[in-house]
Amino acid sequence: MDYATLLQILDSTIRLGTPLLIACLAGLFSERAGIFDIGLEGKMLMAAMASGAVAALSGSVWIGLLAGIGASMLFALLHGLASITFRGNQLISGVALNFLSSGITVLIAQRLFGQGGRTPPLEGAARFNPIDLPFAEALKDVPVIGPLYYEVISGHSILVYLALALVPLSWWVLSRTRFGLRLRAVGENPAAVDTAGVSVVRMRYAAVLITGVLCGIAGAYMATALQAGFGREMTAGRGYIALAALIFAKWRPWQALGATMLFGFFQALALRPDVVERTVGMKVPISALDALPYILTVLVLAGFVGKAIPPRAGGEPYVKER
Amino acid sequence: MTLMKHLLGAAATLALSSGVVMADPAIIFDLGGKFDKSFNEAAFNGAQRWATETGGTFKEMEMQSEAQREQALRSLAEAGANPVVMTGFAFGDVLNKVAPDFPDTKFAIVDMVVDQPNVKSVVFNEHEGSYLVGMMAALASKTGTVGFIGGMDIPLIRKFGCGYAQGVKAVNPDAKIVLNMTGTTPAAWNDPVKGAELTKAQKAQGADVIYAAAGGTGVGVLQTAADEGILSIGVDSNQNYLHPGKVLTSMLKRVDNAVYEAFKEGENLTPGINVMGLANDGVGYAMDENNAALVTPEMQAKVDEAAAKIKAGEIVVHDYTADNTCPAATF
Repeated sequence: MDYATLLQILDSTIRLGTPLLIACLAGLFSERAGIFDIGLEGKMLMAAMASGAVAALSGSVWIGLLAGIGASMLFALLHGLASITFRGNQLISGVALNFLSSGITVLIAQRLFGQGGRTPPLEGAARFNPIDLPFAEALKDVPVIGPLYYEVISGHSILVYLALALVPLSWWVLSRTRFGLRLRAVGENPAAVDTAGVSVVRMRYAAVLITGVLCGIAGAYMATALQAGFGREMTAGRGYIALAALIFAKWRPWQALGATMLFGFFQALALRPDVVERTVGMKVPISALDALPYILTVLVLAGFVGKAIPPRAGGEPYVKER
Repeated sequence: MTLMKHLLGAAATLALSSGVVMADPAIIFDLGGKFDKSFNEAAFNGAQRWATETGGTFKEMEMQSEAQREQALRSLAEAGANPVVMTGFAFGDVLNKVAPDFPDTKFAIVDMVVDQPNVKSVVFNEHEGSYLVGMMAALASKTGTVGFIGGMDIPLIRKFGCGYAQGVKAVNPDAKIVLNMTGTTPAAWNDPVKGAELTKAQKAQGADVIYAAAGGTGVGVLQTAADEGILSIGVDSNQNYLHPGKVLTSMLKRVDNAVYEAFKEGENLTPGINVMGLANDGVGYAMDENNAALVTPEMQAKVDEAAAKIKAGEIVVHDYTADNTCPAATF
């Protein structure tokens, strides 16, 4: 594999890994607070549809992004209502929301535009366009590092850099702020938090809403940056891969970055069967590469690669003792 | 209670008999959706044309998941729809099972051969149409490298790719052809993001014309090709208008004609295999004002010459599905 090809694959890795990263961080907040969220996929899909539709109608991608976040938060709120207020089964609520969004996105887009559940193609300011980082052109000719900076690091849409900035931010919030410590405590031992006089319900709602915001960004990234519009089922299972990455990352922000970029790398590699064949020296089925993230996750879950311990109160509705 | 029962019975009989009298034709669209700007949409256009010309009405149904196929077929047949037309190879097995249960109902399936006495199978010589757009791609390419992005990796899509590769090689025997499939599950028809990444990966390998035969995924391919300043080729319906001046041409598969014909024949649908190729205008390539600037008269003359030769049988384009091999490309 020559350097230029490697750079191209890494460039693709970042684009494919970013929606996974944002969705993974979204899941992290929710699950750390004890609310399992299998509905990342559905929220991303809602956000993709809403952002694509509103960006097309308003001509501004930023309004589209806000709409996407809003739609995703609405679904997050539904999930919160079902699993926090009414203490329903979190997995069932998540699955139900996934089904709901799969149908309702197409329905709304079809009502609005009549293009078969697709939103019209976005152009210009209705879309997040790639931005060049400072000195990208100037440093292009510096050996090794220049092309790396120019090809891989520069030239993505603003949401990619936002996603990368979210990693240290999430780490800081979760491990250095009072809010974050309480949020994690709610996922481990809600009774103790309650005893300390902090509302478990409020903490969990806050976590679920943060999940909504992040899923909104992830969905908007897919519809308005990677693509120029929404198409039905366009998230294509990325919400589930993000969940796998979350387990692989053992519910930690920095590891989430590593896990999602690794999974993104596998996906990028699967696009270049020729490179894989040349490197490995034999023909590798593409489906094997596609399955790698799941295989790795199973290995982690089975305890072969370190130990993955989910938040202890995860999946259980909190009932205050009377 | 008894009165209620009688009423219900009467209503049911009425519904049944009216179904028999009306005998509306029905169409079932495959996964990908009615408005995929491609295969299913062409089928819909054919049905629509029949409806406007005859003033008739037709039933329609869209598949949302694999599991619905049999149920959808049975419920339409039971509702008295005749003929029942379905688009997509995936209905093959199900139809084989359902057709004998409804001997008085006629079925038509596009893209698959089902050997039953009441089924009309319409298949297309996609390899011939793909051959023509392959020639066009090679004539338009400046780098000598062209790309192909398929949807789900099935023999039918390889047939597209193989015909395309043969067309490319016919113009430029030294051309490099980059072949990619989006995936191995039906989700591969609806993943424009992956289609976009594949386009970028193929461009990195030097491809400057990319042919997408990938349903909804193809929308992402055409979009990215337009963004990246390279040419793309649409499929099934005329997709030139999606990005005027950026889509070289489209491989037309006249699914609309197939559906239109089936609806027109109605209950007297003739069972058997109906092959639609270049010779009977079943496939072709699209020319309109959106791509007029991209295709020179010389290019068009060369492609038309080849088309005439294929019709006359002087050029035989190899069909991948005949023996699962391709002389011009390896999958």
